[in-house]
Amino acid sequence: MQKEELKSQLSSFHPALVFEEGGDWLTINIETSQWAPFANHIRYSEGLLFDYLFCLTCVDWKTHLGMVYHLSSTIHRHNMVVKSKLDRDRAEIETVCSIWKTAEFHEREVAELFGVNFVHHPDLRKLILPDDWVGFPLRKDYEDPVNMIKL
Amino acid sequence: MIEELATTDQGEMVVNLGPQHPSTHGVLHLVITLNGETIRKVEPHLGYIHRSIEKMCESLSYRQFIYVTSRMDYLSSHINNHGCALCVEKGLQLEIPPRAQVIRVLMDELTRIASHVLWWGALAMDVGAITPFFHAFREREAINDIMEENCGARLTMNYMVPGGVMTDLHPNFQKRVHAFIDLFKSKIGEYDELLTDNVIFKARMEGVGMLSKEDAISYGCSGPTARGSGVSCDIRKLYSYEGYDKLQFSEIIQTAGDAYARYLVRMGEMKQSLSIVEQLIDNIPDGDFQTKTKAVLKLPKGEFYSRVETARGEFGVYIVSEGGMTPYRIKFRSPGFSNLSALDHMARGQKIGDLVAMMGSLDLVIPDIDR
Repeated sequence: MQKEELKSQLSSFHPALVFEEGGDWLTINIETSQWAPFANHIRYSEGLLFDYLFCLTCVDWKTHLGMVYHLSSTIHRHNMVVKSKLDRDRAEIETVCSIWKTAEFHEREVAELFGVNFVHHPDLRKLILPDDWVGFPLRKDYEDPVNMIKL
Repeated sequence: MIEELATTDQGEMVVNLGPQHPSTHGVLHLVITLNGETIRKVEPHLGYIHRSIEKMCESLSYRQFIYVTSRMDYLSSHINNHGCALCVEKGLQLEIPPRAQVIRVLMDELTRIASHVLWWGALAMDVGAITPFFHAFREREAINDIMEENCGARLTMNYMVPGGVMTDLHPNFQKRVHAFIDLFKSKIGEYDELLTDNVIFKARMEGVGMLSKEDAISYGCSGPTARGSGVSCDIRKLYSYEGYDKLQFSEIIQTAGDAYARYLVRMGEMKQSLSIVEQLIDNIPDGDFQTKTKAVLKLPKGEFYSRVETARGEFGVYIVSEGGMTPYRIKFRSPGFSNLSALDHMARGQKIGDLVAMMGSLDLVIPDIDR
């Protein structure tokens, strides 16, 4: 489906969606509280069927954290990006690992590197870092004089 | 981190596989919960060679960061470099010359053959056959020699740069690739004789590590792992780049979803890659191998995503730029990370003796997973 078509179909379901201009793919900003029902809708709704979560990451914007979900559909072959703003001090968002199983690993990675709490995630232990690691390395204000080499 | 209890409350046994184990091909640590010989759960513990490449790239310029990516998936470093170069070019809206495009495709496909050949030998060794490993290295050496002559390195090539490739082809390149094509064609039959129709090998691989189509998609699998489960996901076909749409090749898809299906996909891909190399080697256009770029590259403010098909699956590069000389944030979507997440699902209920065959069929490269 083309970008414009996808946009009109989505905005008919969710009139409050905020679309971002530019970029290859349709980009949507969504309220954190709306993410879980919206994810469920785009995954299972006929005509959308975003079944493939190919990238899940986070960006530290200094004032807030931004979750970024890259989705595509293996049936309709369209792509979409969903973003959500999180509070830096109380970063929380609903997990989607029951919808896309790959999210389980990706969310664990984001949780330890950015300090995002994924609500209802079955197992949010550290995946890459040692268990006793302090701090969130991919945040912009992270300082580590021992392990980090600045160029 | 490491479970100290050898048994759980239910009388199940906890066994550690790795971090140092010959079949993990690197430092992967699996904590396996067993009931007798049956696997109840497999928990991967990662990060033994985590270097935080994504953080490192935030302080490197758009020319420099590409060199780091060779150190992720060291068996497809050309293709990693390619993905990064494509992303930077997308941001700068650079067109690259046709000669550079063809050189890139040739290098990608030779890399894919080299990577699959090594996987073939290592998989055979994982399931107990030593001989194929030596056969595999014979062909792999031929490709590595071509790479060494052309790029100056055998593993970390750093040959693809924003705007094209770093240097022009070596004068011997075409001659040596022709020699390789003849060599590989005469040897690929041996591969099939040794393993593909081998009764013992088939008994070890068939019905092992089942992954359904729905699960492959849900776990975000890509590359031969997903194509072995019947998912059409070849980036070269779906989101063509560098003129792959003008080439004659087919996407190999198997529907069985077991380790043997993944094996057959990679065997087929080697032949397809060889055919792509054959189509291009005598048709390299003349002209520049690089477009002129500014000394200091600055990407405009925005977000850029590029995807390429490595030997293991879909490699994505996501660059967030604030208009400066360095990326504000960079994310590498590595195929191995998602493929590994499916391991627990496919191993549950199977025998521990088959776990190594399952891991071999996923073709895991640990630096690619840890980053």
